[in-house]
Amino acid sequence: MSSPNGTPTKITQGSKTKGGIGESTLRPDGTLKVTGEFAYSSDMWHEDMLWGQILRSPVAHAEIVSIDTSEALALPGVYAVMTYDDLPTAVKNYGLEIQDTPVLAHGKVRHHGEPVAIVAADHPETARRAAAKIKVEYRELPVITDEASATAPDAILVHEGRDDHHVGHVPHPNIVHRQPIIRGDVQEASKKADFVIKGEYTFGMQDQAFLGPESGLAVPDEDGGVHLYIATQWLHSDLRQIAPVLGLPERKVRMTLSGVGGAFGGREDLSMQIHACLLALRTGKPVKIVYNRFESFFGHVHRHPAKLYYEHGATREGKLTHVKCRIVLDGGAYASASPAVVGNAASLGIGPYVVDDVEIEALALYTNNPPCGAMRGFGAVQACFAYEAQMDKLADAVGMDRVEFRQLNAMEQGTIMPTGQPVDSPAPVAELLRRVKAMPLPPEQQWLAAGEEADVRQLPGGLSNTTHGEGVVRGVGYAVGIKNVGFSEGFDDYSTAKVRMEVVGGEPVATVHTAMAEVGQGGVTVHAQIARTELGVAQVTIRPADTQVGSAGSTSASRQTYVTGGAVKNSCELVREKVLELGRRKFGSYHPAWATAELLLEGGKVVTDGGEVLADLVDVLEGESVEVEAEWRHRPTEPFDLRTGQGFGHVQYSFAAHRAVVEVDTELGLVKVIELACAQDVGKALNPLSVIGQIQGGTTQGLGVAVMEEIIVDPKTAKVRNPSFTDYLIPTILDTPTIPVDMLELADDHAPYGLRGVGEAPTLSSTPAVLAAIRNATGLELNRTPVRPEHLTGT
Amino acid sequence: MDFLRPASWEEALAAKAEHPTAVPIAGGTDVMVEINFDHRRPEYLLDLNRVGDLTEWEVGEDTVRLGASVPYTRIMEDLRGELPGLALASHTVASPQIRNRGGVGGNLGTASPAGDAHPALLAAGAEVEVESVRGSRLIPIDAFYTGVKRNALAADELIRAVHIKKADGPQQFSKVGTRNAMVIAVCAFGLALHPETRTVRTGIGSAAPTPVRAKTAEEFLNAALEEGGFWDNGKIITPSVAKQFADLCAAACNPIDDVRGTASYRRHAVGIMARRTLTWTWESYRGTAATTEGAA
Amino acid sequence: MRVNFTVNGRPQEADDVWEGESLLYVLRERLGLPGSKNACEQGECGSCTVRLDGVPVCSCLVAAGQVEGREVVTVEGLADYAKQRSCGHQAPEGHDSHTGEGTELSPVQQAFIDAGAVQCGFCTPGLLVAADEMLERNPNPSDADIREALSGNLCRCTGYEKIMDAVRLAAARQGEAV
Repeated sequence: MSSPNGTPTKITQGSKTKGGIGESTLRPDGTLKVTGEFAYSSDMWHEDMLWGQILRSPVAHAEIVSIDTSEALALPGVYAVMTYDDLPTAVKNYGLEIQDTPVLAHGKVRHHGEPVAIVAADHPETARRAAAKIKVEYRELPVITDEASATAPDAILVHEGRDDHHVGHVPHPNIVHRQPIIRGDVQEASKKADFVIKGEYTFGMQDQAFLGPESGLAVPDEDGGVHLYIATQWLHSDLRQIAPVLGLPERKVRMTLSGVGGAFGGREDLSMQIHACLLALRTGKPVKIVYNRFESFFGHVHRHPAKLYYEHGATREGKLTHVKCRIVLDGGAYASASPAVVGNAASLGIGPYVVDDVEIEALALYTNNPPCGAMRGFGAVQACFAYEAQMDKLADAVGMDRVEFRQLNAMEQGTIMPTGQPVDSPAPVAELLRRVKAMPLPPEQQWLAAGEEADVRQLPGGLSNTTHGEGVVRGVGYAVGIKNVGFSEGFDDYSTAKVRMEVVGGEPVATVHTAMAEVGQGGVTVHAQIARTELGVAQVTIRPADTQVGSAGSTSASRQTYVTGGAVKNSCELVREKVLELGRRKFGSYHPAWATAELLLEGGKVVTDGGEVLADLVDVLEGESVEVEAEWRHRPTEPFDLRTGQGFGHVQYSFAAHRAVVEVDTELGLVKVIELACAQDVGKALNPLSVIGQIQGGTTQGLGVAVMEEIIVDPKTAKVRNPSFTDYLIPTILDTPTIPVDMLELADDHAPYGLRGVGEAPTLSSTPAVLAAIRNATGLELNRTPVRPEHLTGT
Repeated sequence: MDFLRPASWEEALAAKAEHPTAVPIAGGTDVMVEINFDHRRPEYLLDLNRVGDLTEWEVGEDTVRLGASVPYTRIMEDLRGELPGLALASHTVASPQIRNRGGVGGNLGTASPAGDAHPALLAAGAEVEVESVRGSRLIPIDAFYTGVKRNALAADELIRAVHIKKADGPQQFSKVGTRNAMVIAVCAFGLALHPETRTVRTGIGSAAPTPVRAKTAEEFLNAALEEGGFWDNGKIITPSVAKQFADLCAAACNPIDDVRGTASYRRHAVGIMARRTLTWTWESYRGTAATTEGAA
Repeated sequence: MRVNFTVNGRPQEADDVWEGESLLYVLRERLGLPGSKNACEQGECGSCTVRLDGVPVCSCLVAAGQVEGREVVTVEGLADYAKQRSCGHQAPEGHDSHTGEGTELSPVQQAFIDAGAVQCGFCTPGLLVAADEMLERNPNPSDADIREALSGNLCRCTGYEKIMDAVRLAAARQGEAV
């Protein structure tokens, strides 16, 4: 069946194989995870191991006058105390793109919670007591906390003597990176506008709040190297940053992925990796470090808070004329992923709409606030919150239905992005909105469904018993978003997969080995499915991820199924060719089809595309094994022009739309989200159960930042005020509504199996949909997220 | 740090007398957080888990004597009839796991203005039974909270039980948090009707340095109810009376701005909760009164 | 100090316990039972939920010294615990849990796998202990009952929908089995 939006992919090889792609096979690690035996990084244990502890700065910006570690060292049970002066080589900084982050502070601290010294001791309490005995004298400096203080002519420079590749094009050294995008003629186009809407929006600082705290175990090796068992999103990126600081060649730093308790971008940067290795090498003993939740809030970067300034124009007929916007992201004290976040915010800044005349500017600041970097949605989230609020205001001004207004301006395949890049695969934006709107609305007043007494669990405030229906008003809101998939802007975004096929116990078995970080997303499930599909076997072994195999890139940017999945598919295809070659050598003379027919591997056999069995794989592989390790990359992208933002920057886009239904206690300003329906094009669902899980999880993180999640930083001191799960709140099961999902599968012909990365798009549109629903219920403008009771009650 | 494990109440009192700095630990839901996060390193931890009678309660003629460690789960499940306000408050405490461990003694010992039990205890009327080797005494709940996280306990005293007046009329409890479960109060409000004495009592949490009653509001409402013959005629409380009561409750607050909420929001929210809980309790009272009349 | 208690039916002894240690730490670091998870250590996430004398509690907030002489069930012992419950008698003693294929799981554990309720899995052990205990008390929970019973267990991956599915599935299977 064809549709105006696109068509699904046809698959021949392996289409009959049980447990292949398209099926909701179950997680290979499921049993271990439900029995408590899955080994997460914080579960690592070693005979004679020591515990590491980090001493962090209690202030945001200060010169370090002196550090005295003598008392700490004298404490019984303490094996090592290290500061900047103890670092073994000339490489003392690390960073994803810009190496601006000190392993341990030197001369200066730039944010609250920056690591200053590390301790190894025989018990975590001994290590804590020792850290407390380290005397650090600080001379406090004024703090830079926003655009005004960062770019003032006499502003203190957060980083003096910058020599990174962005410093040449930024207007001020306290700006990490700036990306303008200019297309068409906004001045001219704005003359066609019958309505112009300007808005200023604020996005709060969100935390990934993965549940498994930063942790790992470093074990010294006999050859002077170290073996690190770690929870991360990208083993090889960690390795590239760790080895030089330790003064070791990369081959002497062995890394094995341990169980990862969620990531969401928060494990792209290093946390305790180098510290644990340093202490292990110094003491000659295994060292384990586990952050507690308090420390975790300081131990990883957060989502950039942002100020967004938008101007949209539309004609009386409802057509967008132009967009001007300025997106100011607070990158905090270190660069982390800020440059790439800027690129995303700029290039996706107007959303999934057709606008020919645009002027966009996005930039990230250096400040003394907590460092910000990757989090699910990566720059596209903040923009979506703002442009979707603008779209509602425009629709109202034009006098159109808000969904119809979006559909009228929706991009489709062939639309040219502000970067000049054409969208060259399905972009069913209008269709997603139609689908989400067509879903039945949840019934009214569900709190009375069970009887006469109000069930407070169904009401805003929940168990806190704040209303029995008084003041409660329902609202409905819509939003749609666009996210890029994979690493962009010319990054060499490849993955490696090693696939082996052999006979084990009388059965053909495929073994897949990659360095992909399984962080919960289910990549391991999908790799096995791909191997079954491509190799026609039932048994697939997934080897633990480590650095004994080539890089699989990062588990981020919704890229793993696309890129490492693509690499597994590619290696499987190469193995298949070798297996068939082997078969031809052994049995080719017995049947002409070996030479003439299209051959498939199905059900453990070599068959023709007509279904005729030529040989058992067991016989083909007897006494042999076939192995391939190969890199695979998606189409190359190119950087955005630094003045105009033009360029083929992204490899794929992902789209999701949401409808939020909320009930607001308008007197107390409390919100209950009743339903968050989502429609998303996933290209091809390799594992529908996992895809829906991704969509529901992403949706919920978007809900969190709509109504409760925010790291609060004191603007006077740049200190974090709520680093705990008591005061940084994430949604509970009573805050989370039903999330019906309507999944479209329109193939992207450039991608393996036509698939589309799914993890991030739902995080984008969820937040603005909830905000729109709250605005609908209250009539308030609400230009900030998260929205708090104060904002809803005007108090 | 030393861990003291008294096997009986007498041993616990003796230990506290010997080590007045010892920190009592029962449910552990406050103390252990402070220890895990290195916010506190007491010289002695005094475990009360082995003192069995702390988890027991007795329902007397007029009061319930509630052991300090009776878990919130038991209060909300087993004492809804006798202590409806405290049962409602107990249901808002943190999570099921915490409610299985924590008890009113912990709330009182910590004396945080955000403790969920306080407004219900203030509204119901209660006395705290404290004891030391020197003897036992009852501290009226109104005199118990002496400052931010400070209470009227002497260094050698332990909280044994709370004597709470059995409900003689409807009681309600509301708490504002920015999440629908497992949340610390931004502010909270408890209200109890006492038809026997024809009085209304209130309790406010998290909106002043200590838990407080809105006494002016109570006095106003007591007078208004008396004057209008409301206790007898069971009429609907006029909106203007409810509004003035709510305003006076809001005025009884002395809140601060913090990460959980602003002072002005807290005042506003206490007013709304005061009006709603008054409406709920009064509707319930009228309903009961009507039923009683009908039966007579 | 020394602490003696029973874990999953087996007597255990922990030595040289620092007085400030939590039950969670003792289970994870001294007894080789890391199934109970250390996500927040402040009673705000439920990932360390165990049963203490049958009652679900956050093991991070129980001081190690408080469990002297008491009985603890962790996720590692959940399958046996559920089995004994369904057999209606107490087995004489627990045995070591097993790994991987062929492991006998409790109904709620199996349902979590089948329904896709496990992603990163860090919240899973706590949720399983809490959900199993709820189904023991309330074999036919409404959705609101499930949400209330699990409101002390945070999950960051799933958006809870598949967890709801899993508990409904476990309840349904339990109903069929009776």
